Amino acid sequence: MSAPRKLSLDDVRHVARLARLAPDEATLQKLTLQLESILGNVAKISEANTTGVEPLAHAVPLHNVLRDDVVEESLPLEKVLQNAPETDPPFFKVPKILGGDEDSAG
Amino acid sequence: MQFPDTLISARDAIRSKAVSAVELTRHVMDRIAAIEPTIRAYNSVHAELALEQAAGVDAGERGGELAGVPIALKDNLCTSFGTTTCSSKMLANFRAPYDATVVKRLAAAGAVFTGKTNLDEFAMGSSTENSAFHTTRNPWDTDRVPGGSSGGSAAALAAGLCVASIGSDTGGSIRQPAALCGLVGIKPTYGRVSRYGLVAFASSLDQIGPFGHTVADAALLLNVMAGHDRKDSTSVPGEAPDHLAELERPIDKLRIGIAREFDLPNGMDPEVKASFNAAVAQYRAMGAELVDVSLPHTEYGIAAYYVIAPCEASSNLARYDGVHFGHRTREPVKDVIELFSRSRSEGFGEEVQRRIMIGAYALSSGYYDAFYVSALKVRALIKRDFDEAFKRCDVILSPTSPTPAFKIGEKTGDPMQMYLCDVFTVTCNIAGIPGISLPCGFTTGDKPLPIGLQLLGPAFGEPKLLRAARMYEAATEWSARRPSV
Repeated sequence: MSAPRKLSLDDVRHVARLARLAPDEATLQKLTLQLESILGNVAKISEANTTGVEPLAHAVPLHNVLRDDVVEESLPLEKVLQNAPETDPPFFKVPKILGGDEDSAG
Repeated sequence: MQFPDTLISARDAIRSKAVSAVELTRHVMDRIAAIEPTIRAYNSVHAELALEQAAGVDAGERGGELAGVPIALKDNLCTSFGTTTCSSKMLANFRAPYDATVVKRLAAAGAVFTGKTNLDEFAMGSSTENSAFHTTRNPWDTDRVPGGSSGGSAAALAAGLCVASIGSDTGGSIRQPAALCGLVGIKPTYGRVSRYGLVAFASSLDQIGPFGHTVADAALLLNVMAGHDRKDSTSVPGEAPDHLAELERPIDKLRIGIAREFDLPNGMDPEVKASFNAAVAQYRAMGAELVDVSLPHTEYGIAAYYVIAPCEASSNLARYDGVHFGHRTREPVKDVIELFSRSRSEGFGEEVQRRIMIGAYALSSGYYDAFYVSALKVRALIKRDFDEAFKRCDVILSPTSPTPAFKIGEKTGDPMQMYLCDVFTVTCNIAGIPGISLPCGFTTGDKPLPIGLQLLGPAFGEPKLLRAARMYEAATEWSARRPSV
């Protein structure tokens, strides 16, 4: 990662697809320049000497927290569904999935 | 009638019945009616609920440490009343099905909730300009930003539109607005306060914390909010200490660490630097010992932060899909992927999409090791720096922000310039340690702007950190100043 490589519009389009975002062409161009600047700046981390250093995901030591497998009260169905854009209780509604999806990669 | 405007004085006045909870709440609501149109600190004001809660206190039905005190909540804390919007179009109509643990605890302590405050969308920003709804203004100079991302909570308190407030801090989002608005703000140790019901931005960095006019006000709120919660597995088990118990007792032979890496050669405002130096001199005059410490990886802090936080954000924000809750596109879509993408691009603002993109890039195949893993290694080094430094000192002093409040619009054109505002605050979150900002001076000029002093302490060292802050506060007058709004 020494020298941040130039980002192409296609690179950014690819990342947008991974992130499930749909920027228009103008936004895509702007994002390309901004991401290039930001990624160029954050690439500074590669200058730190990290030989033999273990990555640290959490600053405070954490371990798994377990509890007995007993049924506890859950949110009532109407509260779970109350913010959904479209429902057919007890289901969330989405467009038809089978057949129309060519974007299974990523 | 003169109304108390600090948390402790308000609590005491209500206890002694010098003022009723309803009277104080009405007074705050009157101020909101008069001043809020200028400041725009709130996304929603809940006058009816607040008066009902206050009446409950006056009737003796509600009691506790915060009985009757009007408190504002950042609008990324889930409340079973009203909406929880994160200042995003994505959640503009979102009604949380439950209360965040801190909201429950504050309510159980008798707090009165004035409303939900504005923020940078999903807490991503340093000026509150990234709100999808409106810009919040700094009560000290309404042409300037209040800081961010908890800018609404800070502005509301500074303008007297509440008596204390709650924010969240992922890279400085409590401390920086506290500094820019002349308040005390605490970022607790990671794990000290439950994050259950805080809408997630970067889960390994986020902490909820208080704003107050004084260290004691913030300490009282921390007491109420701190402690283990089985609904947040990252909250630490065991009882939290009483942060007020020994607050007034000065620390004998306090060792103040001064990190040479925090002495920025460029980009530090001269008045900030002068105020900081005066604060150091004040500590020395109080008998503190100054210790030179080194935090050699500070220069990588911003870079590591702007990899780790966006990576976690891109993962956390994957849940906004236009299916379970939040905005859904009205455009016809050919499949479910298009439903996701269109809903997300319509619902998220520019900065949020930018950070999701940075995160998705840094986590993508081929870049994961170079960006994400490298950033986590730098994180280990930054934590090690602090561990070493705290062997030799009790607290580390720095300015909170390199500049006072900047003009609205000044930094919106260049995201990287905005990110550099966080140079003193991000390493605290990266290392999981506690930090506090308190007022340490004002700029000169016809509209004086507050300047903040940051104290950092070792993990779970809040009691001593707050005592060290209180020593300075007790010796100076800065916290007593109010803006003339």
